[in-house]
Amino acid sequence: MTDAPVVSVRGLDITFAGRIHAVRGVDFDVFAGEVLGIVGESGSGKSVTALALSGLLPPVARVTGSVRLGGIEVTSADAETLRQMRGRDVGMIFQDPATTLNPLLPVGRQITEGQIAHGTLRAGDAEARAVALLREVDIPDPEGRVRQYPHQFSGGMRQRAVIAMAMAGRPRLIIADEPTTALDVTVQAQVLAVLARRREETGAAVILITHDLGVVAETAHRVAVMYGGRIVETGPVEEIFRRPRHPYTAALLRSLPRIDGEDARLIQIEGQPPTPGALPAGCVFHPRCPVGRARAQCRETEPPPVPPGALVGAACHFPDEAGDALAPTVAAKAAAPVASAAPPLLEVSNLHVAFPIRGGLLRRQIGTVRAVAGVNLTLRPGETLGLVGESGCGKTTTGRAIMGLIRPSAGSVRFDGQEIGGLRPKEMRRLRRHMQYIFQDPYSSLNPLLTAGQIVAEPLRIHGVFETMGGDAYVRGLFDRVGLSAGMIARTPRDFSGGQRQRIGIARALALQPRLLILDEPVAALDVSIQAQIVTLLQDLQRDLGLAYLFIAHDLAVVRHISDRVAVMYLGRIVETRQKGALYRQPLHPYTQSLLSAVPVPDPAARGGRGRIVLEGDPPNPARPPSGCAFHPRCRQAVAACSAEAPALLAIAGEAGMVACPLAEAGA
Amino acid sequence: MSGVVWRLLGRREALLSLLYFIAIVGAAVFARLLFSIDPLEQDLGNTLDPPSWKHWFGTDELGRDLMVRTVYGARTSLLTAAGAVLIAASVGVPIGLVAGFFGGWRDGLLMRVVDVLLALPGILFAMALIAVLGRSQMTALVAVGITGIPSFARVTRAQVLSLRQRDFVLAVEALGGSATYNIFRTVLPNAWSPILVQMVILASVAILLEAALSFLGVGIPPPTPSWGDMLRTGKGFLHEAPYYAVLPGIVLTCTILALDTLGRALAAVLEAPEPGMAPPDGEGP
Repeated sequence: MTDAPVVSVRGLDITFAGRIHAVRGVDFDVFAGEVLGIVGESGSGKSVTALALSGLLPPVARVTGSVRLGGIEVTSADAETLRQMRGRDVGMIFQDPATTLNPLLPVGRQITEGQIAHGTLRAGDAEARAVALLREVDIPDPEGRVRQYPHQFSGGMRQRAVIAMAMAGRPRLIIADEPTTALDVTVQAQVLAVLARRREETGAAVILITHDLGVVAETAHRVAVMYGGRIVETGPVEEIFRRPRHPYTAALLRSLPRIDGEDARLIQIEGQPPTPGALPAGCVFHPRCPVGRARAQCRETEPPPVPPGALVGAACHFPDEAGDALAPTVAAKAAAPVASAAPPLLEVSNLHVAFPIRGGLLRRQIGTVRAVAGVNLTLRPGETLGLVGESGCGKTTTGRAIMGLIRPSAGSVRFDGQEIGGLRPKEMRRLRRHMQYIFQDPYSSLNPLLTAGQIVAEPLRIHGVFETMGGDAYVRGLFDRVGLSAGMIARTPRDFSGGQRQRIGIARALALQPRLLILDEPVAALDVSIQAQIVTLLQDLQRDLGLAYLFIAHDLAVVRHISDRVAVMYLGRIVETRQKGALYRQPLHPYTQSLLSAVPVPDPAARGGRGRIVLEGDPPNPARPPSGCAFHPRCRQAVAACSAEAPALLAIAGEAGMVACPLAEAGA
Repeated sequence: MSGVVWRLLGRREALLSLLYFIAIVGAAVFARLLFSIDPLEQDLGNTLDPPSWKHWFGTDELGRDLMVRTVYGARTSLLTAAGAVLIAASVGVPIGLVAGFFGGWRDGLLMRVVDVLLALPGILFAMALIAVLGRSQMTALVAVGITGIPSFARVTRAQVLSLRQRDFVLAVEALGGSATYNIFRTVLPNAWSPILVQMVILASVAILLEAALSFLGVGIPPPTPSWGDMLRTGKGFLHEAPYYAVLPGIVLTCTILALDTLGRALAAVLEAPEPGMAPPDGEGP
């Protein structure tokens, strides 16, 4: 690392529209062959920094400071110099591969386009080069794929093609902005592996921007933590995770549900991340900081930034206290023991949901997508069942079918002993008082025209019980219950942050005093520190109100934290359902095993220690499921019998759990 | 909502159009106070007089003041347009709401009816209707209104289809709200903006269609002053009195232009994101 850095950033400062101070004095260096992870929540300025590095900021941004990349001063370079630089010196990988690729050009043409434009590749050699590039990122059958269009690629393959494109000109720097956020966890593992291998082969420096501390722990060498437009802490990855010097880093690490962790109550960082338009005075973190909140020095003066070029450091007045201030308060979930003898609140048996595929001139039905193909679930009062699976496995459809929002094509859903399927609309509406749904996207689930108070009161008015439940006082009580101040009642949803909106959604769901909540990815759209707040709120509500939760999620760590039992779904079926402890300790189904091993753990010491099972291929198309066991094409243990017959979900000997794999039973 | 009005007025073309439109509407409403001359009063001694201080737009072949007739014509045009828009919206919007919200056979049936209506050329349909019902302002109004139904049905349906996918509409269903509650309390209030834009745009189309009907001699029956009728008669005197057809024609063109510009500006303002949004920054999915 004695060489000159590949990119050197000094005093970078970016303002939008004269008042939104997005980046405030950022310094860092990145050297050849290393991965710098930039971590931060929304509004921290991490993506704006990345755009500045490649000169892609919109013209309204005012940039001061210096970015030196390959001998070019990026902040003052003209458009032509920047164009030359991109692709030759710097390659970009964005979050969403679906929008990075041009849908009208074959993938092969696109990944060599830059090199042809730079004159480093003759047009006649382009196809051979594209095939070679696709092979390098493990695209199967590159000769056939090179002429295909982006829509013929799966999400994971598209992102690998984008990596191939970014690496095509052998740039010295790769900027990857949330490169795996839009991907499933098993596909994320593939993509990260390809990125790491290509980095080693080309010796490029990588800046990896992410909110996922697990991804950073597994792939980065050094870490810079951003908050409120500044780097608040920087250091080698082991150092950051073992001994954080900034209270924000320390709190962020502890607020993370862990797949390998204890069941301790999550540490919460109070409040919201600051918005770049309205930063607090003094240290930007002080309103949320357990160390600095009460100290005048933190309120009044901003701590000096980490000195330029320093490899370790924190922008904090009291770096030595960061670790102590946050001793974990192990107030584990006061396990209201779920009486297993209690009659089930929810019983789902053999649930099927099929959607017709229409096509042709007369829009005739030409096929069916079996989104849910025979799901069985039971949920007792006060219990949490986690339903996990990758995108497209049918978990959301299952939740909506239980809720009666989608009509099942077969099977039965019994709530409190009553069959839901045959209910008339009016009876169904009455039943809905007892089961409620919480949506993933807090930005879309609240009517933008109503005030927060009207939204929470809406279910009461629909059922005509607003006055009998206690009117405005009851609504204020609900606000208090979910941790919102009653003074916010008259505001409309756009005045609230994502976490606050999710609290409004929870208050609305609680208004009718339901017994079952179906939570569809309730924290997936939220920042890490806000996730911990919502998860803790949900746990408190369950303890106090005796609610049953069906918790649908793709994040195995969050599910582990909140659930009593976990059901794993693959392609419309449940492949394994067991007590949480048993499932995470010793997963039996090969799919569960690979899913768990693919989750990045936010602990660099564990890097490489765990045997990772990287799944081949992508989740199959539910319109054309494989014969027999749907998982067999990707399964390491598959034998001939697997493709012949779909295995039944059978009880596991000596345990209250079920698994749909005969091999797992034998091996256990 | 007041924010929308201010941002609309911040656009120069919208402000100009609005001022012009207000002037026309004001003149039409207060015509009796503004002019002492009756639009039907003939002065056979002063026929086809060129514009002068006494008659700003000149006089017609019966010596009637053309300026006064143009203003009273605005009254006819605007009234017909307003009535037509009202009819089109009050039939088209419910069709779109039901078709978009429920989908399935209701959607299929309603939209096929709308397609049939759309397939008929508006002006021919209006003329056929007038031939059956007789020539009157009410018939013209109804005819123009019916031709406007498909556009409202389609705009509303498209908006409802996209709202149907939004979680807050699904949330009301999950809370136990009936379809009627959902449509009127949640979907319709959120679907207003494109409907409003459509109303403004259709108003300009209605004015044009009414003028065209009168120009063909099947619209508003004389002697009621109407722009289309003035153009038709004025056409006969293009050589002797070019101002006869040209001046009312300019007023008609400007009115349509103003409404159209207003509609487009309104659409741009309603669709644009609220100002003061934070700059883009990476967040989770």
